[in-house]
Amino acid sequence: MLEIKNLHATVNGKEILKGVDLTVKKGEVHAIMGPNGSGKSTLASVITGNPAFEVTKGKVIYEGVDLLELSPEERAGAGVFLSFQYPVEIPGVSMVNFMRAAINEQRKYRGQEPVSATEFLRLMREKKELVEMDSQLTNRSVNEGFSGGEKKRNEIFQMAMLEPKLAILDETDSGLDIDALRIVANGVNKLKTPENASIVITHYQRLLDYIIPDFVHVLHDGKIIKSGDKSLALELEEKGYDWLK
Amino acid sequence: MTNTNTGVHEQATQKKEAIVFEQPYIGLYEQHHETIKNHAAPPLNAGRDAEFKKFRNLGFPSSTLENYKYSDFRETLSVDYGLNINRMKFPVNPYNVFKCDVPGIAAYLYFVVNDAFYPVRTEINKSLPDGVIIGSLRDAAMEHPELVSRYYGKLAEKQSDGFAAFNGAFAQDGFFIYVPKNVVLDRPVQIVNIMRSDVDFMANSRNLVIAEEGAKVQVLVCDHTADDVRFFSNRVTEVFVGENAVYEHYKLENVSKKTTDVSTLLIKQAENSNVLANIITLHNGITRNNVEIDLDGEHCETTLCGMALSDQKQALDNFTSILHNKPNCHSTELFKYILDDEAKGGFTGRLYVARDAQKTQAYQTNKNILLNRTAKMRTKPQLEIHADDVKCSHGATIGQLDEKAMFYMRQRGISEKEARMLLMYAFTADVIENIRIDALKDRIKMLVEKRLRGELSKCEGCSIC
Repeated sequence: MLEIKNLHATVNGKEILKGVDLTVKKGEVHAIMGPNGSGKSTLASVITGNPAFEVTKGKVIYEGVDLLELSPEERAGAGVFLSFQYPVEIPGVSMVNFMRAAINEQRKYRGQEPVSATEFLRLMREKKELVEMDSQLTNRSVNEGFSGGEKKRNEIFQMAMLEPKLAILDETDSGLDIDALRIVANGVNKLKTPENASIVITHYQRLLDYIIPDFVHVLHDGKIIKSGDKSLALELEEKGYDWLK
Repeated sequence: MTNTNTGVHEQATQKKEAIVFEQPYIGLYEQHHETIKNHAAPPLNAGRDAEFKKFRNLGFPSSTLENYKYSDFRETLSVDYGLNINRMKFPVNPYNVFKCDVPGIAAYLYFVVNDAFYPVRTEINKSLPDGVIIGSLRDAAMEHPELVSRYYGKLAEKQSDGFAAFNGAFAQDGFFIYVPKNVVLDRPVQIVNIMRSDVDFMANSRNLVIAEEGAKVQVLVCDHTADDVRFFSNRVTEVFVGENAVYEHYKLENVSKKTTDVSTLLIKQAENSNVLANIITLHNGITRNNVEIDLDGEHCETTLCGMALSDQKQALDNFTSILHNKPNCHSTELFKYILDDEAKGGFTGRLYVARDAQKTQAYQTNKNILLNRTAKMRTKPQLEIHADDVKCSHGATIGQLDEKAMFYMRQRGISEKEARMLLMYAFTADVIENIRIDALKDRIKMLVEKRLRGELSKCEGCSIC
């Protein structure tokens, strides 16, 4: 599904990714761990096309197409989703309008008809239940005045609404208490199918108790320096990152 | 020595240039002031000569004045505009040609063509509550001279502004609204100003609104142009809001690029009154709004807000003053601009708190988005606080669309164009929320959205914009 080859990227002229290689297949869950500043969020930003980052070398092939050639919205339309580490507040844009615009623009990209009003409301209701999200939140502006936990839950809610093929969860566990973590992880697990894949970026092993990865990669100084199965996460939890350097 | 000479020469040139603009009008007044007066009414003539003298001294404001440094009228004042001091009828029936369509607003609808109140052609006046007068200011001044004299000019005469003085000298008509004590108008009053002429034309209209104690009235003023010539409208509106009265004033400007509009809105509030003024500029040429709200009683509530969507070479300068003269009043001011291309915006927020106006609460915000490098915005909060127990705040920002929000939306699949539209629309949302007429709010939302999408920005039925 996703093939990253020798990916180099810079932000403000500073090289952050220094040759990342990663292959993700359908149905797989990959965890990317690593210390602060190792490039985890940059990798997520580059895959989704954040214009603040510049790719200087390498390739990202997604379902046979060169992802780097597509605009952020085209990547989203093709099924790439990012759960933001810091979801953005957008005062004045209601959750309902935002979600409807997102769904319909993605459908348009795929040559599908817009979703009907009743179908849209049914979807909203169903997916809110999935992440146990307070009904009132969808009546407000996007993320405005949401608590940290509500913002993260809102990310998973949007993921449930959009049903991406490739979901990247960037530090979705940060700022969550244990109950919220369980709900968010539960939402992610329910959305898992043999057809989609996810990349879970995290600092701590904690989230991986709930979302069981098939592979664990350690990103350090812009490169993946070690890969393994879920036991690698436990080993990192115990020993820290220093022994790998 | 050489420097001094150059200086003198420059001064002389500036003065000469200034006289060039004013001279034809000064000559016109000196020659025809009897005609002007004959076609007006005694209450409107009482202070006319004094206003003319004031204008002769002040001249048209130039950008060398502190209060006008964000405005430049030199080019537009060089146009040879016609005036209609003989009150010739313009061949137009606005009821037939114009439909300023706000679905569901069911307003009491009136027209002012250029500077003349258009005769009422509908049955609408018959449904007005007893005692309410809505119509031509000139007619009202003839029929109710005592009432008009008690109020006319009382706010304008205190202004030392060249445009307001010019208006005082030349204005002969406009609209008049009188709502007696404790009368609540169940529907908004909609006044549509239409500029209509085959040659370049200037209109000086004068409006007077009296909302007596406990009265309630909503006034929607729509500015439109019906021809593709150069227009200059110079309008002065005086509003007296009595004790416990509620007054709402909406100015919705949607005029051609060739139009210069100078609108002076002067409001005086008595104790416990509530005023909302919302100045929305959707499409214009050069616009200057002078707004002054005088809180002349305790426990007044004032909301003054506005927004502008400007592109190409449009220019808009809102110069606002809120005068807290009495204690325990509350004012909120909010202005937002979105400027594209080579548009120029100006905002001044004067806030005056008198020495004994304790417990004043006054909050002022001006936020602006520039969509590119050639658009310009100049903003100036100007607080003058003489009392010591007050809560006052001000904030002004000039920025671009939030890049993080843009990426967030695009990551969800929303196209760049649509994301920009949604963000700009959201930016104006709080000004639109300050419209208390639901039908108008819906209409403005739609017009703003169309304007932001670059589609037609005019009300349907308007032939030129």
